[in-house]
Amino acid sequence: MNAQPEIRGKQDDQNALIVSDITKIFHIHKQPLWRRVLRRPSTPNNNQRQPVTAVNHASFEIKRGEIFGVLGPNGSGKSTLIRVISTLLIADTGTVTVFGLDHIKHEMDVKNMISRVSVDAAFFKKLSPLENLLYGARLYGVTGREAERKAYEILGRLGLDKSTYRQPMEEMSRGMQQKVAIARAFLTSPILLLLDEPTTGLDPRSKREVRAFVEELRDSHDATILITTHDMEEADVLCDRIAIMDKGTIVALDTPEGLKSRLPTNGYKPTLEDVFMDLTGNVLVDKDTLEEPELHLN
Amino acid sequence: MTATALRHELLQSYAFVARNFNLTKRYWGWELVWLSYSTASSLAVTFIAAGASEVTGQTGIDVKHFTLYLLLGTLIWHFMSIMFTFVSEVIAWERWEGTIEYTLMAPVHRWVHLIGQTLYAVIYSFISTLIIGTIMALFFEINLADANFLSALVVLMAGSISLIGIGIFASILPLLYPERGAQMTHIIQAAFLLVSGVYYPISVLPDWLEVAARISPVTYVLDGIRAAIMDNAPLSDMGQYVMPLLILGAITLPMGVWAFGQAEHYAKRTGKLKRVG
Ligand SMILES: Nc1ncnc2c1ncn2[C@@H]1O[C@H](COP(=O)(O)OP(=O)(O)O)[C@@H](O)[C@H]1O
Ligand SMILES: [Mg+2]
Repeated sequence: MNAQPEIRGKQDDQNALIVSDITKIFHIHKQPLWRRVLRRPSTPNNNQRQPVTAVNHASFEIKRGEIFGVLGPNGSGKSTLIRVISTLLIADTGTVTVFGLDHIKHEMDVKNMISRVSVDAAFFKKLSPLENLLYGARLYGVTGREAERKAYEILGRLGLDKSTYRQPMEEMSRGMQQKVAIARAFLTSPILLLLDEPTTGLDPRSKREVRAFVEELRDSHDATILITTHDMEEADVLCDRIAIMDKGTIVALDTPEGLKSRLPTNGYKPTLEDVFMDLTGNVLVDKDTLEEPELHLN
Repeated sequence: MTATALRHELLQSYAFVARNFNLTKRYWGWELVWLSYSTASSLAVTFIAAGASEVTGQTGIDVKHFTLYLLLGTLIWHFMSIMFTFVSEVIAWERWEGTIEYTLMAPVHRWVHLIGQTLYAVIYSFISTLIIGTIMALFFEINLADANFLSALVVLMAGSISLIGIGIFASILPLLYPERGAQMTHIIQAAFLLVSGVYYPISVLPDWLEVAARISPVTYVLDGIRAAIMDNAPLSDMGQYVMPLLILGAITLPMGVWAFGQAEHYAKRTGKLKRVG
């Protein structure tokens, strides 16, 4: 489990993650590049850039061993934030520091310390869980033999049936695929886990299993976890601290109790939903509307 | 570089080889389809030589020579085009499967990634060319008494380097254009087929296309291998083919890797890798 003992040992007292003033703005063009280039300057400009501020000057720190939640409705910038941390997006402003290392300057070291689980379990669909896991693990320098041993252990722990290990992934349910995704993230011994809506779209039972596994990870494997969700209850039970995000901005950051204590208790206990409403004037989006439309890019 | 670092990087390169092997295995039905299709089209082209006298009414045609000319053309083109496809689709595959973010966020240097993909491309193209060649040998009487295989191999290797460089260049397109990128790489391939003299000498082309032929590495590979296999040209004669190929390679390979890095950076800045989820 201990991939970077020296880093861990040295930086015991450090924050696992420091996100400082991160901003990410997307520019979407209505027209493709070649049209924009060919367009004569005199013609009315109806294809101007439409900037979308996905993350707006976000800053927070996560302590080692913490489970830190980012709670926000669909489109609030959670995934963008996670992508910036995992070096998949380059931010417009700000810095990210993972266990004391800047994630741009020390890209390889940081990549070695983090794993990410996204809402879509992205796999080679024709390959089996084992083939996918071995591929993933080798990228992190884990040998095939070691990866296979660990894969069996983790998949077993997640309650995945042995008969499925060598079948193509496309034959598995979403819940099962998501378990393999979690196994993949765990296989490379990350000390910072980025979980982007890991339970969205799962049935209640799988949800519970995934949550239990997340807690186990923190307790027995010394992992720090950043988890995004739009499920208030999940955030409430799982997270030590929660950042509430709305339209790219972090509007509040506190423990679940701290957040709830901001509201007056008029005879009943406020929920995180109430807190969110109070802060933004909106309701958290219904779970079923999660899937974003596939956009055409460029 | 230390020995442990090298071992680590070899293992990472191997990750791509093993993954691609598994993909080939799992898509074996399609592999069979492609192999049959390629074999049929190679045979079809080579039969043109057999029918040349009948079609033209000329009797003086050296059919054996013409057959070998076309046969070498189809086999070399098969090898080069498959290799080019595999290298240029290094990003496209990941887009189709949706795995691009996982591969790009792994702690793998891009050159290690590209070496892995290229290694498999070379192995795959070589084996598949060998299979087609064997089948074709059953159909045509081929005289290889005058063949210098060492010369041919050297030209092929030199040619592969420059084509891989161009393939890496082409692989950028799916990074920049998530939708149309993969289609564009096929256009590049079609251009190579047209100008490189796969089935005819480039002298038959219009002048402006002949210029393009001169900068296509495939042209030199074809000329070199034909000289080696048909005219028993010794290794010492291969310089005229190998030199341009090495020069092209020395330009395209570093530039391809560099451009890939730029494109990756651009894609990460503009959010072109992926946006759902
Ligand atoms: N790659 C991208 N290109 C353009 N716009 C994007 C991209 N990724 C996200 N966005 C936009 O940024 C905003 C935040 O999206 P996202 O981070 O996915 O939110 P969440 O994960 O909270 O649902 C949305 O308006 C979304 O459309
Ligand atoms: Mg999201």
